[in-house]
Amino acid sequence: MDRFVFLTVDGLSRGAVYAAFALALVLIWRAARVVNFAQGAMAVAAAYVAYTVSAATGSYWLGFVVAIVAGLLLGALVDRVVMRHVDHASPLNPVIVALGLVLLIQAVLGMVYGSEFRPAEAPFSRSALTVGGVAVLSPYDLFVFATIGVVVSALAWMFARTPVGLRMRAAAFAPEVSRLLGVNVGGMLTLGWALASGVGALAAMLVLPTELGLHPHAMDLVFVSAFTAAVVGGLDSPPGAVVGGLVVGLLLSYVSGYAGSDLTPLAVLVLLLAVLLVRPGGLFAPVAARRV
Amino acid sequence: MSATRAALPPTHQLDDPGGRPVDRRRGSTLLRHLAVVLAAGLLLVALSYAVEPFRNFQLATVAAYLCATAGLTVLTGLNGQLSLGHGALMATGAYTVALCQTAFADRGMTGGWLLPLSLGAAILSTVAVGAVVGVAAARLRGPYLAGVTLAVAVVVPALAVTFDGVFNGEQGLSVPVEPPPLSLGPYFPYERWQLWVTGAATLLALLLLANLIRSRYGRTFRAVRDDEVAARLAGIHVARTQVLAFVVSAATAGLGGALLAVLAQSVSPGAFSLTLSLFLLMAVVIGGLGRLTGALWGAVLLVALPDLTHSVTEMLTLSPALAQRLEGNLPLAIFGLTLIVVMIAAPGGVQGLLSRLGRALLARRPTRRS
Repeated sequence: MDRFVFLTVDGLSRGAVYAAFALALVLIWRAARVVNFAQGAMAVAAAYVAYTVSAATGSYWLGFVVAIVAGLLLGALVDRVVMRHVDHASPLNPVIVALGLVLLIQAVLGMVYGSEFRPAEAPFSRSALTVGGVAVLSPYDLFVFATIGVVVSALAWMFARTPVGLRMRAAAFAPEVSRLLGVNVGGMLTLGWALASGVGALAAMLVLPTELGLHPHAMDLVFVSAFTAAVVGGLDSPPGAVVGGLVVGLLLSYVSGYAGSDLTPLAVLVLLLAVLLVRPGGLFAPVAARRV
Repeated sequence: MSATRAALPPTHQLDDPGGRPVDRRRGSTLLRHLAVVLAAGLLLVALSYAVEPFRNFQLATVAAYLCATAGLTVLTGLNGQLSLGHGALMATGAYTVALCQTAFADRGMTGGWLLPLSLGAAILSTVAVGAVVGVAAARLRGPYLAGVTLAVAVVVPALAVTFDGVFNGEQGLSVPVEPPPLSLGPYFPYERWQLWVTGAATLLALLLLANLIRSRYGRTFRAVRDDEVAARLAGIHVARTQVLAFVVSAATAGLGGALLAVLAQSVSPGAFSLTLSLFLLMAVVIGGLGRLTGALWGAVLLVALPDLTHSVTEMLTLSPALAQRLEGNLPLAIFGLTLIVVMIAAPGGVQGLLSRLGRALLARRPTRRS
């Protein structure tokens, strides 16, 4: 029972990060109809910037802020310099370009930092506090929950209540009409990319201390898990992404706790296939016919 | 789009969807392809005597990669299915050939027919895996398909570590391969023999692929890629066509992986990482999607670019640590950058540029074409 509680809390903590990362994927998908396969590599790049800043100044928090800023800038840069110029006629094109970005970013990181694992420090203790004799939460888990909670609420508030959020939604759903009404559609798209990349960088900062450390390929499996989370929830649904992230986190935690951590990638693949074959639109998708 | 094409008079040759006019050569497609393959085979044999052993080995590696890229270009370019999992399929073929060859060697069996048998087993096992993935893939579109195959690419190498009783974990397996037959003489260079074996297997695979592309199946592949609804209205079973394309592509990827394993005489999960899958995709895109000649350019690039960056880093005087970092990553960076630039600036790839150039030259001359 103790173990179950521990695995559940651990899974929720991991799932919160997947949720944030999946949310970033959903943001870009809704804004640009592109699944950003480069998101993991972009997030790792931001985390490396944070590592450099933290190592130079000795301050974790400065690095943390710099990572998010770097993520925002990188997202805007990728949209302005690369994605904007890609022919979106075939859905394959943006995917292929994103994969080129993956190769490029990981190679540049490997050239600058080398491909050994670097320790990623956690700002709080990762040893769990015991409540009534049961190990439950570590201060770091609390930090993760609080950060993700704040980010998700802030995004929800922004999209639902602010003029910028309204413009972003309008630009995504009816670009032509929005343009006629004076919305800067291109700017909104760039803002969407920047926000998503910033959230991705934040997720990377939160997940890396719980993994092996900083490495150009550190986010590969996290990306696959987060993609699965986004698909479980439906690529079009932000609440779905959050729920999907938690589901995937719990599943991975149980599988690695009860069956062995080697099997977690396989579990992700099985879940992804099962969801796509049974309910391709995700669990939260409204029933929709394919456009002809 | 399809409707306007179908309405053209039957004497008018239809344009290939890639924008390239379909040639009007008469005669049997099979005979024409056979002639090309024979010529290529003769050229390879001549080359294998003309160049040094190391180049022979490199050419053999190109041939092995060509198997995989040709299959991928049929799948992605002609059928419109994006697969990031071909590295994993190559791993399937490579591990099968390793297990078969080890089993043969353990039982003390020898003979020239064992290697083709192992390669056949590798193709069969990859076909089985490809059919499973393909059935799932046929129900998926665009980014979903890419995501699933990405997961396959990440998961399959991890399986080798999970079941290390069979696959021997990170160390991988060795592939015992017999020396060249004695009838070729006692001093026959091993690398030349490697080139002969991989070249023959690849040319055979290419012959089959080229005929497939020109056949009814090739046309249904393209029809499904261009418009699924129109294809279905024309009586094409869309899902079956997609699974078939995936299985064919998987078979060639498996053969390519098996040939690579035979060349390296070992397999390990590190050789079949996600990066390999991305490399293959990059190769077919840069070469020119949907064209076998494009797959050839891609395969050449896969072997030549690391070699080139190696010689460049050797020329520069760098600290050993920096040189090592550059050598591993510079080709990757160049590949990635080229991929992005090609997708934005020249979606037809190298072969697209070449044929555009060729057409421009032809157009200058007065032609008899109507």
